[in-house]
Amino acid sequence: MTEVKEFTCIRCPLGCNVRATLEDGKITEITGNTCPRGADYVTKELTDPRRIVTSLVKVSGGELPVVSVKTAADIPKGDMQRCVQELKAVEVKAPVRIGDVVLANVCGSGVDVVATSNVAAV
Amino acid sequence: MTKDLVIIGGGPAGLAAAVAARKAGVQDLLILERDNRLGGILNQCIHNGFGLHTFKEELTGPEYAERFIRQAAELQIPYKLSTMVVDLRAEGPDRVVTAMSRKDGIYEIRAKSVVLAMGCRERSRGALNIPGYRPAGIYTAGTAQRYVNIEGRMPGRSVVILGSGDIGLIMARRMTLEGAKVQCVAELQPYSGGLKRNIAQCLNDFDIPLLLSHTVVDIKGKERVESVTIAEVDEHLKPIPGTETEYPCDTLLLSCGLLPENELSGKLGVPLSPITGGPLVNESFETGVSGVFACGNVLHVHDLVDYVSEEASAAGEQAAKYLTELSETSQNAGQDASAEKALRLRGQNGVRYTVPATIRPDHMADTQVIRFRVGANFRDATIRVSAGDQVLLSRKKNVLAPGEMEQLVLKKADLEQLPAGSEIVFEIAQ
Repeated sequence: MTEVKEFTCIRCPLGCNVRATLEDGKITEITGNTCPRGADYVTKELTDPRRIVTSLVKVSGGELPVVSVKTAADIPKGDMQRCVQELKAVEVKAPVRIGDVVLANVCGSGVDVVATSNVAAV
Repeated sequence: MTKDLVIIGGGPAGLAAAVAARKAGVQDLLILERDNRLGGILNQCIHNGFGLHTFKEELTGPEYAERFIRQAAELQIPYKLSTMVVDLRAEGPDRVVTAMSRKDGIYEIRAKSVVLAMGCRERSRGALNIPGYRPAGIYTAGTAQRYVNIEGRMPGRSVVILGSGDIGLIMARRMTLEGAKVQCVAELQPYSGGLKRNIAQCLNDFDIPLLLSHTVVDIKGKERVESVTIAEVDEHLKPIPGTETEYPCDTLLLSCGLLPENELSGKLGVPLSPITGGPLVNESFETGVSGVFACGNVLHVHDLVDYVSEEASAAGEQAAKYLTELSETSQNAGQDASAEKALRLRGQNGVRYTVPATIRPDHMADTQVIRFRVGANFRDATIRVSAGDQVLLSRKKNVLAPGEMEQLVLKKADLEQLPAGSEIVFEIAQ
């Protein structure tokens, strides 16, 4: 059975409209992408969709009450909400520097969550 | 106080302009920033997707800002925080900046040159004329973003978003991840105002419906928003009776466009574009007032910060060049007699505007990036650039969308041979 699926690539702001043709669930053709990342994105989207998650964690003793964070790599798309929930339980102590690990191995994904801004201690 | 260069705004545009000006040799410069830290709006844009052009990696907003803040620190560029510029005027060769802060009170700086980098502001409910009650719970998307991402507070639990600008889309995802229910995004136009990737990763990922050609026709609730009524609109953007749906909710976010913040430019008498709301600039990003340059969202609203940095670097370099010429000639450089001979750029047939608005071929580099936006969605269209009967450039595009900034590069060799004062027209030819 031939099936055609359309995607908007999110790997860069260009947002290519990428089309994947599947024969019995197997990808046979990918068109519409302007770079290899588009093909990679669609392949992953069909097999193991992943996202980078950004959120906040609480900070104690800092100039700000929260610090922005991100997953250091993409995690399974289905774990996004759970990732944010796990982060709600985390509180770090100021000072926090960009790149500091605030939570290791989030949702058992093997990916760490790192700070994306600096918060000085007060 | 006197300064060679004052940069108004310490966001991405101001920082990049300052770094470039310093690298080009400007010693006596100062950044004035109204917030209590540098970085501007990037500080609250905690999502990723910044920097792919500039740093070849995907950064979050605060990380992108930090790269420039660090460069500014390494170059020992001075700045003043929590400082509001309240007036800007020209007195002979001086550009007089009136600034105030709690620490320093109110004071004047006489500057030889100024870079305008004040950014933009969101269109508010008042500017949109939305009917209905005026309860609490109505925020611009950027205000909500500040509450959530800087202060760590949720503005509501059940949300309707009007307008599909990028900040609204980003907030739809952000509030959903934080546990709120985002019911829908209504967009007046038949197309989205945001980036395609944001529709995909912020709405589609979370099954949030995007209602194109829809708008808010009523807001109910006396103390707090209780419901928002949305109706479909016809081709004249007028609500169609009988299509109303009432959405019970406690929050309405507005993401209905950004307006360059040019009150100061207006006080100085800088001519503004009626289309972008930003200053009309030449190839050197110089406004109609000599020695005053503009870059970033105060000039025209960008889709990507990477382009802001690129444009602001150019503006900073041009400010440095202006100062060098000023010291060499000891008179007003810049907008000299060649201003009248400048080529005038104009958009038509779908091209809304161009930045720059004028080009002096004798002042330009070998190539010049021209940035512009289109007024509707186009598929398989050609952007044509012509002067009179002569086609200078013709570029095929698969997709053109109002939410995305476009750019073309013009060559000095092509422009030099045009008669002085020629008009260069940018248009869509289908």
